[in-house]
Amino acid sequence: MIGVLFDGFAYGMLLFLLSVGLSVTLGMMNFVNLAHCAFAMIGGYVTVTLMNQWHWPFLATLPLAFLGPALVSVVFERALYRRLYGASDLDQVLLTIGLAFVSVAVAAYLYGTIQQPVRMPDYLRGSVTALGLTFGAYRLFLIIMALGITLLLAGALEYTRFGAQVRAAVDNQRMARGLGINVDAAFAITFALGSGLAGLGGALAIEIVGLDPSFAFTYLIYVLIVVSVGGLGSIGGSFVAASLIGISDVAGKYYVPGLGAFLIYLVMIALLMWRPAGLFGRR
Amino acid sequence: MDASAISSPQAYMRLQARWRPVELAFWLATLLPFWLTPDYLVLASQIAITALFALSLDLILGYAGIVSLGHAAFFGLGAYTAGLIAKYGWGEPVTGLIAATLVAGIVGYAASLIVSRFRHLALIMITLGMGLLLAEAANSASWLTGGADGLQGVKIWPVFNVFSFDLYGYVAYSYALIVLFLVFLLARRIINSPFGLSLRGIRENAVRVPALGAPSRAHLRKIYTIAAAIAGIAGALLAQTTETVSLEALGFQRSADVLVILILGGAGRLYGGLIGAIIFMVARDQFSGNTPQFWYFWIGALLVAVVMFLPNGILGGFAKLASRWSKVF
Repeated sequence: MIGVLFDGFAYGMLLFLLSVGLSVTLGMMNFVNLAHCAFAMIGGYVTVTLMNQWHWPFLATLPLAFLGPALVSVVFERALYRRLYGASDLDQVLLTIGLAFVSVAVAAYLYGTIQQPVRMPDYLRGSVTALGLTFGAYRLFLIIMALGITLLLAGALEYTRFGAQVRAAVDNQRMARGLGINVDAAFAITFALGSGLAGLGGALAIEIVGLDPSFAFTYLIYVLIVVSVGGLGSIGGSFVAASLIGISDVAGKYYVPGLGAFLIYLVMIALLMWRPAGLFGRR
Repeated sequence: MDASAISSPQAYMRLQARWRPVELAFWLATLLPFWLTPDYLVLASQIAITALFALSLDLILGYAGIVSLGHAAFFGLGAYTAGLIAKYGWGEPVTGLIAATLVAGIVGYAASLIVSRFRHLALIMITLGMGLLLAEAANSASWLTGGADGLQGVKIWPVFNVFSFDLYGYVAYSYALIVLFLVFLLARRIINSPFGLSLRGIRENAVRVPALGAPSRAHLRKIYTIAAAIAGIAGALLAQTTETVSLEALGFQRSADVLVILILGGAGRLYGGLIGAIIFMVARDQFSGNTPQFWYFWIGALLVAVVMFLPNGILGGFAKLASRWSKVF
């Protein structure tokens, strides 16, 4: 029971890393970015390439798995996304689905459609025993990492000048502009940060869920569920929603394997019908 | 169009509903494959089915503004209904088609009660979620649907007990084309009615239309149900002409494909889905070959290009060119 909760929570933390950036950028610009998981996939492939081709240690690849997608995303943001901020949902969905398709094809071209093998360092393999319970070392590492990032994010958003600007822009974009906040710049930085976190999530996800070109679509669905259930622009909401969904997914697969992902979709639809703006959303 | 020539709303509607020579030419051209490319009639029947599916999405997306990422749910429902009926002893195609229409329509009505309440991201998520839910259900219920192996043992009787489905697709294409044309007439009638006009109003501004006396949500429910039923017809046609149903009929990929087709052709134009289906299916037949993942590179690039440069699809681009042409001369 505790084991299932633990695994579910670790999985939820992975989903949180993957989705928190999308939540904040959606809340700020109302931009439906379905290519978000393509950026996460870039992070995954950065780690795989560095580890398998250049034999970097796993931990050393993580900063680059963050920076790579962040840089790529900011290029796309300035070149393509920026033109569609005022456009309809449909146009945004089409553009970003198009980019996701391209990313899947490029990944398949460069790396093939097979799962990428990655060998974790020894200290992240095996398990840790504490209080008479056994925890997977990698999952523990994942949880600590995610909790650290959450604290960092929440702190930055709460106590820094930049965080205040972002919060203002999420609350009321036009008012924030009126007060002289450079919303476009704040958005570009947030967008890069969010994509970078997704890339980090993608790199961390390899050990748990594997990595192949279909990643951009498979996890997009989970990420969208987390974002819409948690509520747009809310880090706390994403955290709670990701934990809930991670735990219920792992528990569902463990106790009622026949249902598969059925439960998650049902929970999402029910929650959205009850609160269309998500659990912690205000709009 | 000369505004002063329109004397009344009735005259405007009649003018809109008039058949144009281009349309007649288009439908006559759909008969050409029988003589010009008899080897490709199977592909032609697939195109007709896809066009029908795109037409159903056009009704809700192009005319009513409901962005759906899960429209394949109704396509798959129709396909499985028709397939299952035929598998368990009743292979008559026309009644199978009607049954599939009813099932997809009823489920569509139930879904419309939910869908009509949402807009924006929540709407996209709800349609996506319902599509995935159904796909997952079909996957789990493998005793009924055959799961990942697909539905086997579907036997379809000859149409009207006379025309049996042949290997070359003569009957399949004729059958699909006739159904497509009949449904197209229906869709055309709907779009050129006052109801169709108010749908376009809802697309432009869902809040203001009720103030003009048209109930937004009731209208959305109606058109969503109709579109679901039409998607069911398309699915049933696929099941009957190929005599098998696979999980892919319900999948996200199909929902995304039909969206691409419609956008490529031009949403909000009756012929958009039809033209898009022709281009998409022919291109896929020619280029995809044994590397489907690279095919999606071009689809993705095309989507980006259409959104950036051709906001109203190919037909929209033509319309713009035509209006410029008429201004010059």
